[in-house]
Amino acid sequence: MAVTHELQLNPVACDGYGHCAEIAPELFSLDEWGYPILRSSSVPPALVPIAQLAVKQCPRRALRMVTPVDVPSRRR
Amino acid sequence: MSAVTPARSIRLLAGTQSGRRLDLAGHLATHGPLDLPEPGRADGSWVEDLLRQIDLAGLTGRGGGGFPTAIKLGGATQVRARQTVVVDLMEGEPAAQKDSVLAAYAPHLIVDGAEVLAVALGAAEVKIAVASDNPAAVRSIEEALAERAPRGRRGPQVTLVTPPGRYVAGEESALVAWLDGEEARPSYRPHKPATLTIGRRQAYVENAETTAAIALIARHGGTSVAAQARGGRGGTALVSISGGVSQPGVQEVEVGTPLGEIVALAAPVGAPTGILLGGYGGTFVGPEALTAPWSADGLRPLGGAPGAGVIVVLGPESCGVAEMARIVGWMARESAGQCGPCVFGLPALAEDLALVAAGRNKGHIDVRLHGHLDAIAGRGACAHPDGVVRMVRTGLSVFRKDVAAHLEGRRCACATAPSVLALPDNSGVLTWR
Repeated sequence: MAVTHELQLNPVACDGYGHCAEIAPELFSLDEWGYPILRSSSVPPALVPIAQLAVKQCPRRALRMVTPVDVPSRRR
Repeated sequence: MSAVTPARSIRLLAGTQSGRRLDLAGHLATHGPLDLPEPGRADGSWVEDLLRQIDLAGLTGRGGGGFPTAIKLGGATQVRARQTVVVDLMEGEPAAQKDSVLAAYAPHLIVDGAEVLAVALGAAEVKIAVASDNPAAVRSIEEALAERAPRGRRGPQVTLVTPPGRYVAGEESALVAWLDGEEARPSYRPHKPATLTIGRRQAYVENAETTAAIALIARHGGTSVAAQARGGRGGTALVSISGGVSQPGVQEVEVGTPLGEIVALAAPVGAPTGILLGGYGGTFVGPEALTAPWSADGLRPLGGAPGAGVIVVLGPESCGVAEMARIVGWMARESAGQCGPCVFGLPALAEDLALVAAGRNKGHIDVRLHGHLDAIAGRGACAHPDGVVRMVRTGLSVFRKDVAAHLEGRRCACATAPSVLALPDNSGVLTWR
């Protein structure tokens, strides 16, 4: 079953600790005030482990990874 | 505040000519009685007919969203949870006064519409939310509810609530948060429409003018309301016209009326150079837009929308750059203070614009300005920062000649002109409770 991973960043919870960009610079850049910018909301399969680590390490619990099931796989 | 409306009955401000507030007797004499099923007694065919009439009227949300009301309400009628109707009369937009005028002159039409919504949704409770710093609207709604009280216990329980009057406090998630005992700040909703709750009840939030329009539709039917418009959809709409005009105020216009005709009602001072549509988080359009019809379809090609009915006119005496700088500074202080890109980005943007307005182009200020716009866009929990970005981006385009002159250090002659914008003082300590 094809599964895509998608990162969600809650801007209300985020306080700009910047751990995510240190852990996963491939997925996050920081703006001039130190707040993360998602380079893309969908996470390539190879980066899923590092994305999971970034989610886990966020001190504000501002990151979430969701896995919406691909439309074709819904047919099962 | 002035309210002008032609003397026809299927109008929101009918009977309010010469500044008369319609008390209950006046309201019933103007609009006639409204017969509603008792709450919880509305059968499916009554609800279906109401939805059909709203659809026929072509009514769309007048709080800014512009979403088809029949679809929104139709979705809510399918909800199984108990619901509370919330009428949003917060109108935090300084350039908007139309909901306040409606509340001051025709409060019973709003309450009627709220009762229609409550019956359609089987809601036992209605909350009419008016900003605490809007005493005229608070008093008028208060009086209206007192006038209706002797009619007995029939109908939903309608109460007035007064959240703090902040720009974003009327955003529906902020308003519902306040009603649920939290601060009036917007919440992060990755999947809209998200369910908003007050206690154990689901909230159905509707703008005050939209609510009043539903009262007209429930009385006269969708076709008669739609026929009030030029183009046959949407009926009439309230607009707040301000800025470089000698007669600012609220007008009731037929949907589809050319923008120029509406602007002329307020007697602009000199030919308009730019017009801000929708609000301080809206869209600037140039004078070529004056021929466009006031409707979603008519304004879409220009990138604009009727939004919450705001029209701010800038004339030859105003500097678009300086006015944008002032708006962004004001909007920055109205941030709910939750999201970094809004908290830090809006003041930075205001500073960039102030430097451009002052003709001080040190260190590629235009590059910084566009960088900040890109850094803010799409990164807030609510639409507040995105609205500011939209206003500035469209303004930079409409006033591009002025912007170029400022960047070359040639301040336009009008840079020191006093602001024509309504910018209430928000520099002090403000409450969210």
